Amino acid sequence: MDRIPILQMGDLLLVTIQVDMHDQLALTLQDDLTEKIQRSGARGVLIDISALDIVDSFIGRMISTISSLARIMDATTVLVGMQPAVAITLVELGLDLRGVRTALNVERGMRLLQQPDASP
Amino acid sequence: MAALQQRTLDLIRGNEEQILAQWQQNLATAGQNQDNRISQQQLDGQVRRFWQLFLQALSAGESTGPQSVQWQELRRFLEELSAERARHGFNSSETATFVFSLKRALFEQLQLGYADAKHELGDQLWAISELLDQLGLHTVKAFQKSREEVIQRQQEEMLELSTPVVKLWEGVLALPMIGTLDSQRTQVVMESLLQRIVDTGSEIAIIDITGVPTVDTLVAQHLLKTVTAIRLMGADAIISGVRPQIAQTIVHLGLDLQGIVTKANLADALALALKRTGQIVTRTEG
Repeated sequence: MDRIPILQMGDLLLVTIQVDMHDQLALTLQDDLTEKIQRSGARGVLIDISALDIVDSFIGRMISTISSLARIMDATTVLVGMQPAVAITLVELGLDLRGVRTALNVERGMRLLQQPDASP
Repeated sequence: MAALQQRTLDLIRGNEEQILAQWQQNLATAGQNQDNRISQQQLDGQVRRFWQLFLQALSAGESTGPQSVQWQELRRFLEELSAERARHGFNSSETATFVFSLKRALFEQLQLGYADAKHELGDQLWAISELLDQLGLHTVKAFQKSREEVIQRQQEEMLELSTPVVKLWEGVLALPMIGTLDSQRTQVVMESLLQRIVDTGSEIAIIDITGVPTVDTLVAQHLLKTVTAIRLMGADAIISGVRPQIAQTIVHLGLDLQGIVTKANLADALALALKRTGQIVTRTEG
């Protein structure tokens, strides 16, 4: 698998990361996502990382970068389904992903995006 | 290591009954079964089994040491014996005595058998002694290992016990922390709390620090880490039970608890949690 699929649902984009992220994959995702946001004019991006159980500092920073990029392009990003081990690793790495919104699962993430005051 | 001669082996095999009788007597003198921690029957069984394996190993490889394959079964038997004694509360010397008390019984038989050859007697005594010493040491080693396992298990159990995560309400978890927070405990606390958040899908976790005696910079840092991890997962954290002294310490130390919601007690924290999840508790009349 050389790229991560980006699904469009109305004015939301759904990115589900199902495989172990490697650096090239993360960079491709970054490019694909920004392009897709521009083309579709999406208002919100949902990144589901519930299947991701290993992260390193690079991937951690990528997640943070992707949400910053999306925010600049006027789309709210919600990171959903982070595993405990991943959360602990990110905290230990000193990445607190400030400014990134989080939710426990996709359903709650959607609700968060549909709220009128969704912009952070 | 000096090798055991065929004559010695024959002596040992030939005088089996006397040696065993002497050994059991030695064991009794040493008080191996004085307080019913182990029955006489069990002890006899162990003696018989040891002797059987000992003879087997002796005849299989005369010149090989107790570390070789031939002695493997005997070593395993000793390990089981040590583990069992550790569980029954024997101390290390009592456990080692089981092997060492065989020495005297063997020596007496050798002395009788080698009465005509003083020089060889010394040699053979040395060989037997070395052999039994190694077996005894192995027993002590195994004993210590099983004791350490017991201690480690208890430590882990204590860690688990000291960090219960309770479900307070639908979507609200609480973690009453008791005792000093160190890195290892925080790690366990964090892991079990985060796992429970995933399992129950709770949106709010309340960390109650009423039972934490002191808060210093390190503890504050641990708390911050936990709160950040909870936020990353997509849930919210509230810290409750901040006592006046602790509040003063935190301010005096200049700790930055910004971005963390703190409440004076658990009730306030629960009220806030209910409000955030959009639930109302009302009092019924009458």
